[in-house]
Amino acid sequence: MRRLSTALLLALVPSVALADGEMPQMDFSNPLTLDQVSWMAVILVVLYLVLARWGLPQIGKVLENRAAIIARDLAAARAAKQEADRAVALLTATLSSARANAQAEVAKAVADAKADAAAKAAALSAALDAKLAESEARIDAARNAAMAAIKPVASEAAGEMLLKLTGSVPAQEELVRCVEDALAVRKAA
Amino acid sequence: MAGPSIDALGQFSLTTGLGPIGRALNFTNSNEAMLAAAVIIVVLFAIGLKAKALVPGRIQALVEVLYEFVHRMCVDTIGEEGKRFFPLVFTIFSFILLGNLIGLFPYFFAFTSHIAVTLALALFVFVFSTGVGFYTHGFGFLKFFVPEGVPGWLLPLLIPIEIISYLSRPVSLSVRLFANMTAGHVMWEVFAGFMLLLTAGLGVFGAIASIVPLGLNVALAALELLVAGLQAYVFAILTCLYLHDAVHMH
Repeated sequence: MRRLSTALLLALVPSVALADGEMPQMDFSNPLTLDQVSWMAVILVVLYLVLARWGLPQIGKVLENRAAIIARDLAAARAAKQEADRAVALLTATLSSARANAQAEVAKAVADAKADAAAKAAALSAALDAKLAESEARIDAARNAAMAAIKPVASEAAGEMLLKLTGSVPAQEELVRCVEDALAVRKAA
Repeated sequence: MAGPSIDALGQFSLTTGLGPIGRALNFTNSNEAMLAAAVIIVVLFAIGLKAKALVPGRIQALVEVLYEFVHRMCVDTIGEEGKRFFPLVFTIFSFILLGNLIGLFPYFFAFTSHIAVTLALALFVFVFSTGVGFYTHGFGFLKFFVPEGVPGWLLPLLIPIEIISYLSRPVSLSVRLFANMTAGHVMWEVFAGFMLLLTAGLGVFGAIASIVPLGLNVALAALELLVAGLQAYVFAILTCLYLHDAVHMH
């Protein structure tokens, strides 16, 4: 675009602009052309002194100050984040240890309860076994007593029956032995 | 030629400003614009520095942006030594930038469109950077004109080329700024003159047709705004480059 406008200018300047005369910029016979440069030197020196002594250092200080404050705040934020991270780590550790403790407690309680229940069940079954054994013993005793009581009755009845049938009575010991044999056979059967 | 004619160069002619005092001291209308530019810069600094706020307001932010922009340009181009030349580069940059910008307003004189002004600035930069070169390196600065890694028999050819290219720096530096500003302002004046010529020559139809040069001038205004900033930047960055050469010799 610049090149285009320059080309346009070159095309137009000879016909239009330069038709009226020379460029004032090239008119060095005019004393003002060079006098403006001296005045520019004065203005620039003053501007330089004002900027270099007064304006720019203050802006630089403002920028430095801001950079320092930002750096300080960033450092503070970083420290706070580290603190928070540490707190979070502590929290996590506490939580996990508490969870482990609780699990251990629960496991222990469950084990205790199980052991307790097992002990109670064992005691109960032992008691039951004892009662059972006692009952069986009583039953055995009763039966034995009954059996013992039946023997004289049976041998007496057998002696009576033999007396009626045969008219003779065998010896008492033999009769008792035969009755015992018969009872044993019955019992085995 | 009947009717109005285009006087595209009249806008550059120098007169005296500030009434009788200016006439006595040869204080020109371009110096008025320079004074206005300098005053605007100082006033901007005064307003920007009033609060010195941690969170800057508009004017303070503007001044800070200008400061940081030029400061970064100095440090990036010249190196750490650039901080010493920062006030100088800032003065030149802000002066040319404000000169270009206020030159865009009607009735303001664009002093950067005068070759005497730009050449004086460029010669100052040239002499100053050369002085810095000799001050930093003594006569060793002359080695700057001897390119490294070149066969000896080429040196009689290359050293004059280096010297000529070095001496042409102020010319290219000044002509670039002068030509850009002059071209833009002449274009403006020419298109505006077309509008008058069209209206005078073709009556109502010409007045309607004038909308074309008017539109072109609107587009040119945007372009000139870009050029005003760009040329000030180019002048400042080349100043930094020359100072870099003077400080580092490569």
